[in-house]
Amino acid sequence: MEKIKSLSDLKRIKSQVQEKLDLREKSEQVENLIQIRVAMATCGIAAGSKETMNYFIEHLAENGINAVVTQTGCMGYCYAEPTVEITKPGKEPIVFGHVTPEKAEEIIQKYLKHDELVEGIIPVNYNTI
Amino acid sequence: MQDIAAHVMDIAQNSVRAKASRIEIEYREDPGKDSLTIMIQDNGCGMNEATLARVTDPFFTSRTVRKVGLGIPLLKQNAERTGGSFSITSREGEGTTVRAEFVLSNWDTPPRGDMGGTVVLLATANPEIEFIYRHITAKGEYVFDTREVKETLGDVPINHLEIVSALQELVRENIRELSTE
Repeated sequence: MEKIKSLSDLKRIKSQVQEKLDLREKSEQVENLIQIRVAMATCGIAAGSKETMNYFIEHLAENGINAVVTQTGCMGYCYAEPTVEITKPGKEPIVFGHVTPEKAEEIIQKYLKHDELVEGIIPVNYNTI
Repeated sequence: MQDIAAHVMDIAQNSVRAKASRIEIEYREDPGKDSLTIMIQDNGCGMNEATLARVTDPFFTSRTVRKVGLGIPLLKQNAERTGGSFSITSREGEGTTVRAEFVLSNWDTPPRGDMGGTVVLLATANPEIEFIYRHITAKGEYVFDTREVKETLGDVPINHLEIVSALQELVRENIRELSTE
């Protein structure tokens, strides 16, 4: 892959992305995207939430998932950082705790792709046997 | 905090919560003065003097979900234990400036960390806020300004996943070039 070093390189990437965007249906507007909010307060950052956020950004596209990855503050679950709140369109938000990059991968493969719940939901109301 | 970048991510979140529309971040390495300075400046809601006097107290926070506020105290402690200094100035309604100076050669000065990735995550997670990042070393200066970036991108959103990755690469590459290690 060519290096990206200047705004003109960025322009090249932009036109590639734009082509894909134009191909998409209107149904993929922002309100219909999956919202992933990574808690990024002192507690989250110290627990590695930046790596978690980067993991989602780098691995969602390759799994064919369109999502908006953003940040939120501390939700009071400092003991379970990094925490991530995921809202699928038309569904209630779910908060996952202890989301290391490995857990993020599990969430992508199970919850995001197949609506299958995984352990680590806060408050704890779901266990696998 | 493990590195300088984590501190920057942390302190900049305060500016986001203060409803800033513009956040300026500066990273400056000055080997001549043996100093490493970070500065985070916002045009958010600011603080009155009584609040300002309490922000370095770890048991003070404006949040209600927990009773401690460690971001600023941790940065102050980390900077001061290298022989450096910490300052915060603020005016209600005008904004806040946080400055921390580390002694570059001190053992306790944390590594730089992923400044490029951090700044881009901040800028793309808060697309409505204008971010200006200046990275200054003995080799020169690099400026990342989201106004320019948004102009270049036109109607492609800055928080599109592929754009985020491209921007991270862009800023990291420019920082690498200025790196003196």
